[in-house]
Amino acid sequence: MLNSLLSGDYPKSRVLSGVLVAILVGLAFAPFLFSGAAAINTAAKICIFIVLVASYDLLLGYTGIVSFAHTMFFGIGGYGVGLGLYAFGASWGVLAIGILIALMVAVVLAFLIGLLSLRVRAIFYAMITLAVASAFLILATQFSEYTGGEDGRSFSVPPVLRPGFRLFEAPVFGVTINGRILAYYLVFISAVVLFLLALRVVNSPFGRVLQAIRENDMRAEALGYRVVYYRTVANCLAAAMAVLAGAMSAIWLRYTGPDTTLSFAIMLDILLMVVIGGMGTMYGAVVGATLFIVAQNYLQKLMGTASAATEGIPLLPKLLHPDRWLLLLGVLFVLSVYFFPTGIVGRLRGEKR
Amino acid sequence: MSEPLLSLQGVHTHIGQYHILQGVDLVLPKDGMTVLLGRNGAGKTTTLRTIMGLWQPSQGTITFDGRSIGGMPTPDIAQGGIAYVPETMAVFADLTVAENMTLAARSGPVDAARLDWIFGLFPALKKFWQLPAGVLSGGQKQMLAIARAIAEPRRLILIDEPTKGIAPAIIEAMITAFAELKRETTILLVEQNFRFAASLGDHVAVMDDGRIVHRGAMADLARDETLQQRLLGLSLDAHQ
Repeated sequence: MLNSLLSGDYPKSRVLSGVLVAILVGLAFAPFLFSGAAAINTAAKICIFIVLVASYDLLLGYTGIVSFAHTMFFGIGGYGVGLGLYAFGASWGVLAIGILIALMVAVVLAFLIGLLSLRVRAIFYAMITLAVASAFLILATQFSEYTGGEDGRSFSVPPVLRPGFRLFEAPVFGVTINGRILAYYLVFISAVVLFLLALRVVNSPFGRVLQAIRENDMRAEALGYRVVYYRTVANCLAAAMAVLAGAMSAIWLRYTGPDTTLSFAIMLDILLMVVIGGMGTMYGAVVGATLFIVAQNYLQKLMGTASAATEGIPLLPKLLHPDRWLLLLGVLFVLSVYFFPTGIVGRLRGEKR
Repeated sequence: MSEPLLSLQGVHTHIGQYHILQGVDLVLPKDGMTVLLGRNGAGKTTTLRTIMGLWQPSQGTITFDGRSIGGMPTPDIAQGGIAYVPETMAVFADLTVAENMTLAARSGPVDAARLDWIFGLFPALKKFWQLPAGVLSGGQKQMLAIARAIAEPRRLILIDEPTKGIAPAIIEAMITAFAELKRETTILLVEQNFRFAASLGDHVAVMDDGRIVHRGAMADLARDETLQQRLLGLSLDAHQ
């Protein structure tokens, strides 16, 4: 059963297994374990980014494709759901059609980009994706009549997912099961299913060909595999998964806009999460996304406490001031790349570079 | 000589500004092993890579089993029944030995009887079946690269310097394996180790300066030291 669920790809390290189980339990019971909207918001963001980072790892870690257009597909998912619900009202049918249209648009775009650009060298491909993603960002902000421009769009979700909805009258383990909790579990279950699907893809014969292409595309061609075909399919699969992550994000936030889906800051975050977690490991997406988002959300608070605790010591309180959290995050990133060049998961599995 | 399996006629290949193959004429019979000899830089590896479509010929024709394959994409040539073993111990280091073999069997899992036959040729592969190929020794990697080429029946295998940097004990094992392998399939072998080549080859072609300068039976060249000196020794002297 477990073997089938994980497609035979076990964590291969006791420490890593422990970390993954802790993350899974933490996310599965987040509404019951942590109080407050901020905590459940962080948990939902972790679920969304696990899917987004796993889909990017399928490209970068498993196929060796460097793309800067991943947030574009994330945005297409967000806008597909958001604009649909905004324009046609909050129903499950509109939600499904929004996701379907977003998936079709993203796959066609990914196919075209893949077909046109995957024949060129990696650096030129990266440049082309950067240009396409920039163009899409500009389009999304310029067509403000339809997209809401810089402000984005707020919209209603189906009634079952709204805060006012109550599944049970009485609280369960002290928690009122309202529409937000149901929305969280929709995001959580979608993340688990999509992650297991991604694990299935990379451990399938198709995934092995992708890894062979990443190692040496000439050798893969000499075995009879059409490299452009496999790279294009990987591009489409990763795009589709990013669309679903975008849809999850829109459902959770009840908002879609350039800052939450299309910005290059998110692209940079995805890259950092993949590198910190470990490229080409899939489990790296879980560890990288969790660590990064927890740090992003709680580092400031932690630094505030540390700054207050070191009051009286020269320089240290200023260095640990909450305003300097990005500096500390940068230092932590440099240290993690230096000490874990294969990422945290790679290190825990004992892989050497 | 029986009907040719592969023939190259007046093949020229340019790599950037360099004119490497300058009119290669080569005919491979349908069975046995043909050895391609020559000094470093004579164009042996480029010949194999041109046949495989990894370099495109700028002139000339390449015919495989009656069909022109010059200029065809590499995957089509591979699917047509030609396997290529490069000289660089070309395994996929991050994949296990088992995954390397599965990758080579494009039509499904490797046939059990065939796998037993391959294990008979290269017993080390069975022992390290579930290990990443990257941890194998140089000789074991070379065995895996060859085993991968024969995971499915092929019409022709192009093998580039399999003994390069390999321990003598492994070379002996390779001679035994190749002797059996050539009974099943046609082999074009590029080799610098003359003793290895002479013990296995049925036919020989010698290259120099991007052209074939001698073709004949391997046994004749192995017997005739004067010819060896003229073709291989003289060639070396002239370019050192």
